[in-house]
Amino acid sequence: MTTDYQKVEFPYVRSQDQDAREPVDHPVVVVGAGPIGLTAAIDLAQQGVPVVVLDDDNKLSSGSRAICFAKRTLEIWDRLGCGERMVQKGVSWNVGKVYFRDELVYSFNLLPESGYRRPAFINLQQYYCEGYLCEHAQALANLELRWKSKVVGVEGQGDGVALRVETPEGPYRLHADYVIACDGARSPIRGMIGQESIGRSFRDRFLIADVKMQAGFPPERWFWFDPPFHRNQSVLLHRQPDDVWRIDFQLGADADPEEEKKPERVIPRIQALLGRDAQFEIEWVSVYTFSCSRMDKFRQGRILFAGDAAHCVSPFGARGANSGVQDAENLAWKLKLVLARKAPDALLDTYDDERGYAANENIQCSTRATDFITPKNNVSRMFRDATLKLSKDHAFARRLVNSGRLSLPATLHDSPLNTPDCDTFSGEMAPGAPAADGPVMVRGDAGWFLAQIGGDFNGVYFSDGTLSGDIHRSFASLSRGAIPLTAIVVAPKGISLPDSPGGTTVVEDSEGLLRQRYDARAGTFYLMRPDQHVCARWRRFDVDATRAALARATCTG
Amino acid sequence: MQTLIVEPNIVRPDDFYEALIDMHRDLTDEQSQMANAALILLLANHIGDLGVLREAIAAARTSVKPT
Ligand SMILES: Cc1cc2nc3c(=O)[nH]c(=O)nc-3n(C[C@H](O)[C@H](O)[C@H](O)COP(=O)(O)OP(=O)(O)OC[C@H]3O[C@@H](n4cnc5c(N)ncnc54)[C@H](O)[C@@H]3O)c2cc1C
Repeated sequence: MTTDYQKVEFPYVRSQDQDAREPVDHPVVVVGAGPIGLTAAIDLAQQGVPVVVLDDDNKLSSGSRAICFAKRTLEIWDRLGCGERMVQKGVSWNVGKVYFRDELVYSFNLLPESGYRRPAFINLQQYYCEGYLCEHAQALANLELRWKSKVVGVEGQGDGVALRVETPEGPYRLHADYVIACDGARSPIRGMIGQESIGRSFRDRFLIADVKMQAGFPPERWFWFDPPFHRNQSVLLHRQPDDVWRIDFQLGADADPEEEKKPERVIPRIQALLGRDAQFEIEWVSVYTFSCSRMDKFRQGRILFAGDAAHCVSPFGARGANSGVQDAENLAWKLKLVLARKAPDALLDTYDDERGYAANENIQCSTRATDFITPKNNVSRMFRDATLKLSKDHAFARRLVNSGRLSLPATLHDSPLNTPDCDTFSGEMAPGAPAADGPVMVRGDAGWFLAQIGGDFNGVYFSDGTLSGDIHRSFASLSRGAIPLTAIVVAPKGISLPDSPGGTTVVEDSEGLLRQRYDARAGTFYLMRPDQHVCARWRRFDVDATRAALARATCTG
Repeated sequence: MQTLIVEPNIVRPDDFYEALIDMHRDLTDEQSQMANAALILLLANHIGDLGVLREAIAAARTSVKPT
């Protein structure tokens, strides 16, 4: 039987903690079982940290919310073992088209190169994403999901956080060493500790409709500025699984949200786009306004804010859930090391440094796109339209058209955890960059590079096909460190080597793409973090330099 | 680093000025404004250097609203 994820209800189950005399202590309590809380909880649990997740509700996301999940998000879910299902169910796409009035002005491909496991994006309803994450979470022995469990009080204490939780059977108390607050844009926890998310709200209203229909549009993102069927406003069309289509209609600032939701207003708008005879069924309609905002600091003592609770963006660019999933993975390994007392508490400050930097980038991109789409005055409209007109014939203007700069992971250039380059490299894989994927052969089977790394620190050694005894012994010693480092050897295209006896995995760079993407030569060595970000690299492997960089990346230096 | 050239740099200034005004021939006010916007975008791309563009933007703004 197939599950109807829009109807699933999770049972409230009484927890033993409710019968305890004293508040029971947990290393990590995650508040909120949205995409971000679930991702954080799964990542921690799979790294061996027991987690309790509290959610005030017992259903999955309802209505029209996130649909576009980016390549990096899929790679993170791949590492956690839930990416494949999302991609199987989702609609993969790479191409976007922009129309101005009745003409196609240009189209762009977000992933023009092949040799990546995942597409630039999939479209998948948020309830599927959360449903799959929940099913994955439920199978983990050290992860406990508690539904109908609403956090109504938090109080930071020196050694942790005291929580008050309300349930259908009454309240109880809990104690957590750390709390991850993933309780969404209105974050009650944020309010409870007197913090705010500050930023800018946009006046324009948008009608967001999910419509079920048989239609022949390709799986691409189509964006219209001022189309004949919806004059002076913009429209965005996306294909979702199950023959559901997402249509966003810009309504302007004066639209009445209640009126606009009525079928007699919505249906003609959709017919204007699809034709009068089009057959469709409306699944959801909502009217939204958007804002971009963030908390000043994502770390508040032992409470760490992630996802919409920490920062919010307008959806043009799909940077909401996608950036939150990156928050979750940034935090998980740091928290694990701190809880295990292998790294000092200061490592958690770098969560705010790194994800605050990323949030600024996301807010800037989303604000600029929203400003382009909803010009504030005649002059900005004039430049907008001039840009669109020029873009048909002039390549330069296409670069200025902004219908949303679609989510890319931030490269954490200024992170204190990076060891600056002392050798010369070109390309994208600078310290702070999320690692690029590429096809490899592993033990005779075709696979992907990113599937070989992550979870722990990794050293990636580009070999000429040989591995000296010295290097081998160094790798073995690094693998036994307090914070272990697992080495991966990348053999050149055409050379297959057996795994070395010490357990070092050897992969073949089967299309030579890793060498290109990492600007690698024989001897190049990359140090990768557990979240698959580059934190140091050298032209020659040096065990002392590697140890120093590892210490720097964990604040243990 | 490049800086905004404010010394005479146009080879035949009167020809340029005539062409600029001529661009607007037979245009409505709105079309004229649109043409101006397009011209700014084309020239900005030709210049390319963000530092120079920012200088020009600041100089243009100061000319109507002194700081
Ligand atoms: C129209 C629209 C389109 C969007 N499109 C995209 C897109 O294409 N791509 C993208 O990446 N993002 C998109 N987003 C943004 C995306 O939906 C959010 O960024 C994402 O849901 C944030 O996840 P979260 O886990 O932080 O919060 P939420 O999903 O809001 O989850 C918060 C959870 O916390 C629970 N909770 C709240 N208070 C308490 C409490 N006191 N105690 C216990 N539990 C509590 C809630 O019940 C909820 O389950 C879109 C948003 C909208 C509105």
